[in-house]
Amino acid sequence: MSNKVTLGVSVAVLATMAAAAIFAPVLAPFPPNEMVHTPFDAPGVGGVLGADGLGRDMLSRILYATRYTFVATLIATTLACMLGVSLAIIAGLSKGWIDIVIGRAVDILMSIPQIILALIILAIAGVSLTTLILTMAVLQSSTYYRVTRPIAGDLAAMEYVEVGRLRGERLHWYLFKEILPNMVPSLLAQFGLGLSSAALFISSLSFLGIGIQPPAADLGGLVRENALALSTGRLTPLIPAFCIALFCLSVNGIVDWLVGRFSDKPDVK
Amino acid sequence: MVLFANSPVKSFVVARVASGLVSIFFISFLVFVGTSMLPGDAANALLGQNATPETVLALRTELGLDQPLPVRYFHWLGNALHGDFGTSLSNSQPVINLLVPRLINSLILAFSAAAIVLPLAVGIGLLAAINRGKAIDTVTGSISAIFLSMPSFLIGYLLVFIFAVKLGLFPPLSMVRSSASLPTWISALTLPVLTLVLVAQAHVMKLTRAAVLGVMSSDYILMAETKGIPRNRIILKHALPNALSPIVSICMITMAYLIVDVVVIEAVFNYPGMGKLMVDAVAYRDIPMVLACGVLFSTIFISLNLAADLLAMLVNPRQRLPRKGN
Repeated sequence: MSNKVTLGVSVAVLATMAAAAIFAPVLAPFPPNEMVHTPFDAPGVGGVLGADGLGRDMLSRILYATRYTFVATLIATTLACMLGVSLAIIAGLSKGWIDIVIGRAVDILMSIPQIILALIILAIAGVSLTTLILTMAVLQSSTYYRVTRPIAGDLAAMEYVEVGRLRGERLHWYLFKEILPNMVPSLLAQFGLGLSSAALFISSLSFLGIGIQPPAADLGGLVRENALALSTGRLTPLIPAFCIALFCLSVNGIVDWLVGRFSDKPDVK
Repeated sequence: MVLFANSPVKSFVVARVASGLVSIFFISFLVFVGTSMLPGDAANALLGQNATPETVLALRTELGLDQPLPVRYFHWLGNALHGDFGTSLSNSQPVINLLVPRLINSLILAFSAAAIVLPLAVGIGLLAAINRGKAIDTVTGSISAIFLSMPSFLIGYLLVFIFAVKLGLFPPLSMVRSSASLPTWISALTLPVLTLVLVAQAHVMKLTRAAVLGVMSSDYILMAETKGIPRNRIILKHALPNALSPIVSICMITMAYLIVDVVVIEAVFNYPGMGKLMVDAVAYRDIPMVLACGVLFSTIFISLNLAADLLAMLVNPRQRLPRKGN
């Protein structure tokens, strides 16, 4: 399959999901938390995708869940990216003990399994959407730090940057003219990977019951709610999980294209 | 590094072990500081509706919560090193008694999966590298891309749907007792193990392929090629021995991840392992239990990563020399 086709399909899928997330209140045929059907109604009998164990409309719940997953994933990834890049720039420009402290802290953060750390933080801080997003942001910031710290360090040591500094240019000159633009290609790819891993991570936590709390549910939470209905022999309880997979596949498809575009090197043998 | 300049190997080992210990120390301390910042502490949590100022105060003294934080921390740490992780808040038994059987169950699950996935996925990765760009490479690559995008619970439930609901071959839930007979154990373990295998194989296969291809792009391989040595021979005789060190690392790191991946898989199958124990403890805010599970999970994870580094060093003599610029 050519990269262009993958890109096209990925963009189309993501756009559709984004539209579903944004327009969920308009598109949803029923309120997501109200019992409008008979419990376990088959698809087509009660609502397009049937009803869950409480008689709530599956399609409406999936639309709203997509919304939760999208918002949580986007905010967490953006915060993680900003935090990681800021730390990398601070470490790269200041050198000395600040650099060492930040570097060691990131090493420690990366040496502990993320889901275990998240479980501990959520146990202490209590489960809420805000804690979930902040936890995710801190945990994932380490990968952005890893990617951008060498770039910040290299650039800060470049002669023309030194010259600029001697010339009396202010901090924002080399931040916005030199350092950040040079980070964009690797950051874009990392941001994409971060989006799919954040989506998987948030869904897993919600699936474990320690993410977004009922009656609201994100895609992972919906799987948790409906898993028992699998015994009825229908695959509809897994639709939310397929949505997550589709999201990650599409994001990865775009990342592959990006990586291919930005790497000028010919493919090694 | 300068401190141990007499032997680079020793300094490397010491540095890695020390950083591993720091991480474990950090995670236990983090929980301690965190719990102390909670508005309601274990005493409130335990008493629930019955919490009056007097009862809370009495229970706080009983639990030692009125002591300063560092005292409590080192008290806990000292006990933990002796295997005493305190008492579970949710069912008032010693944490260690609840923990050990669950830990064994989780290890059984993770190591069964590792025993299957490591040879299998390394083999597939090699095959993909040997046939780079051919159909088998594309097919295995696409399959692993799909598995990498799937949440692990989706893989688990798909297997449940096919093999338990539709075909009825295995039980959908794996709530085994340790006293269960071997056939019961095997039938309960099959689906969780298979799920873990599918979750891990994509990673292992991709990393193995990349490791072998990385070696394949070095100069001496080009040399061997210009000499006209057949490609299969180059890969098996020239590339593979040099790719062994990264592959050994990949295997150990995969084991480390498998130990952690069990958290979600155990929830899917209701398998009585440590992951499920920890998730339940988080839901009940049973802090001593969360702390014990967290420290144990991290210790195993960090030790396996450490073993990965050390083994890789043993397999590849070049890594025993200090790298430049370090």
